[in-house]
Amino acid sequence: MSKTYFDETHCAIGHPKSTFMQWMLTVDHKRIGLMYAAVIFTFFFVAVAVAFTMRLELFSPGQQFLDPDTYNQAFTLHGVIMVFLFIIPGIPAVFGNIVMPLMIGAKDVSFPRLNWFTFWLYIFGALIALSSLWTGNGFADTGWTFYAPYSLNTNTNVITTLVAAFVLGMASILTGLNFLVTIHRLRAPGMDFFKMPLFVWGIYATAWIQLLATPVVGITLILAILEKTFGIGIFDPSKGGDPVLFEHLFWIYSHPAVYLMILPAFGIMSEIIPVFSRREVFGYRTIALSSAAIAGIGYLVWGHHLFTSGMSDLAKVIFSFLTFLVAIPTGIKFYDWVATMYKGKIILSVPMLWALGTMITFVIGGLTGVTIAMVGADIHLQDTYYTVAHFHYAMLGGVVFLFFAGLHYWFPLVTGKMYPEGKAKLAFYLNFIGFNVLWFPMFIAGYLGMPRRYFDYLPEFEIYHRIAFFGAIIFIVGLVYMFYVLIQAWKNGEASGTNPWHATTLEWHLPSSPPPLENHTKVPYVDFRPYEYHHGEPVVKFDYKTMKRID
Amino acid sequence: MSHEYVPEIATSRDGKEHEVQGWQGDFYGGKLGFWLFMLTEVMMFGAMFLVLTYYFSLHHADFLEASSELNRVLGGTNTVILLISALTMGLGLLKMRNGDVKGAKLMIWATILLALIFLGIKAVEWTHEYQHGVFLGLDALQSGNAHSKPLGQILFFGMYFTMTGLHGFHIIIGIGLMLWLLKRINAGKVTTEHHILHFNIALYWDLVHLIWVFVFPYFYMIGAGDIAGGVINAH
Repeated sequence: MSKTYFDETHCAIGHPKSTFMQWMLTVDHKRIGLMYAAVIFTFFFVAVAVAFTMRLELFSPGQQFLDPDTYNQAFTLHGVIMVFLFIIPGIPAVFGNIVMPLMIGAKDVSFPRLNWFTFWLYIFGALIALSSLWTGNGFADTGWTFYAPYSLNTNTNVITTLVAAFVLGMASILTGLNFLVTIHRLRAPGMDFFKMPLFVWGIYATAWIQLLATPVVGITLILAILEKTFGIGIFDPSKGGDPVLFEHLFWIYSHPAVYLMILPAFGIMSEIIPVFSRREVFGYRTIALSSAAIAGIGYLVWGHHLFTSGMSDLAKVIFSFLTFLVAIPTGIKFYDWVATMYKGKIILSVPMLWALGTMITFVIGGLTGVTIAMVGADIHLQDTYYTVAHFHYAMLGGVVFLFFAGLHYWFPLVTGKMYPEGKAKLAFYLNFIGFNVLWFPMFIAGYLGMPRRYFDYLPEFEIYHRIAFFGAIIFIVGLVYMFYVLIQAWKNGEASGTNPWHATTLEWHLPSSPPPLENHTKVPYVDFRPYEYHHGEPVVKFDYKTMKRID
Repeated sequence: MSHEYVPEIATSRDGKEHEVQGWQGDFYGGKLGFWLFMLTEVMMFGAMFLVLTYYFSLHHADFLEASSELNRVLGGTNTVILLISALTMGLGLLKMRNGDVKGAKLMIWATILLALIFLGIKAVEWTHEYQHGVFLGLDALQSGNAHSKPLGQILFFGMYFTMTGLHGFHIIIGIGLMLWLLKRINAGKVTTEHHILHFNIALYWDLVHLIWVFVFPYFYMIGAGDIAGGVINAH
């Protein structure tokens, strides 16, 4: 049995003897990705628990067991954890780290020690965020958006949360920077940009957003902190400032940030669809370039969050139009995926099930997004459950579902084990059904006028909250069961072999599974496209000793 | 770190050999990474200039009035000092490239000295302003009391202290980086052949002085026309 990355590692400082310290100091991209996964999913479950607490409170109208102020803190905590600690680092930090260097045939990222530092910066930011739970006047109650002027006036622990968001933003910037240089510099010889796997394209577009958008929100948060400390009036209307400016600056980052979340997820979709259709991906270039297009247009649409804030009508129309434009590259991707499956040899394995399920949920999330991009409809639907349902369909039903798809797809690569197919499928169906029962009623409730972020509601909305509650239970059972199945498989599963899916990209051409410390035995010369299948069989074959093509 | 870089060769099917780029000792990669980092700085200061421009349009007269209170002689001197320091930094890098390590070190020391003078003048300026009651947290920059300045002026001075403060912070970081660079040069880790650290710190210093080139006119010069030009009256 050859040594894997679990047996040996390189360290940032010296080379300690203890296994624990070797993990703490590791610079290996695969180990760092795994540690991110452990921390990120822990936070995910904390935020799920907080959300479930809110669902319990909303089971009936009136106050049950959360007072209104605690409820405000609960949805802020849920949002801050889910956005800043889970979904923004999310796929890039986990699979960008573990898989992306393998896909381009690199030994590691360009700056391995910076990668190590970034991970600990993320942990540091997370600790700051959590520390505000137990210090001062309790966790922020502003919502994850920290809108001025309320965030400037409330005496809860907003400053700590802002500092945490700033530090986490820095970690995000450094991740993006590292990946950009890696993708530019460390591709295997012969692999030009249009021979990269599409997941790498997704990570590449994401990295640009991380790099260019995050500093804007970073400095906005700093200005808010200074405002709270010195009261110079930057965003405070009573002191000559303009709170809408805060909204602009906040969404200049935070709207591109949703594309930062979805683009690597689309990348995972683009990996899974051709592999489980055993067919070369349809429209490779259009998928690759639409990622770049989404990242580009995504910069220019932030104003659609401000339709009700008194923007000029002209600006509203322009922002509305630009928002519609985003649907075009996204639509191109969807048609390409469907066209890839057409006449393919479709294999309904677990990753493919997740991908197909996401096609349904994300289309619902995406198209409802187009409806609220219309100025007229948005005036009615702004800040209702309709919006809440929309972004949960897009974020949870899009990004997180594809994250789970990737989790099942790359599980054998990372652990060397295979999970039981039947149980994993059951977990998918529980999640999929639970998810839809949980969120679909909110579209209706929101359309009828149920406002978001309220801890109480009129009796006529009770039925929707109750249906959602039962959906939440199915969904949470599904989530816990899914992770239980995966963890059991990691412990006791059967060995998977290096390429269980008959996939074509380089991360499946490693000498062992799990991979050895420095990845491929030798770096291959890449003179082939990423998804070449002929009659349902991969075209490119390697001699794993020399990494030369033998087909 | 324990792993040494062993150059690797990938062979294509026609038998041609291609060198594999490793992350170790990748001069171009290090350069690209730092350029990207500089881009984040531009976005960060860019957002602050956006805020500043917006409030300049809201509180035009207040901004000009407040700007005329700043000391343009000290600010101007600092601009010249920073420009010279960019020159010494650049000369140092040229000397390093040409193998004159001793000259390079001298130039870095000169840059550090100029940076310290810059900070010294800054300190004099801020002390002066503090004595006049104009400083973050003092009464004049809080609304709603007897000493309060007009709201627009409070915003102007608030942004002034924020941006020059953040810029000064970058200067301090820069001095730290240069001292570290000197240490690495003395340890033989930065040499004529392997000077990526020197290159990147020079790049950083260029950005720091470039930001000042925009900060200076926006804070010090907009109010300069109050006597001769009559800009305030024109408003």
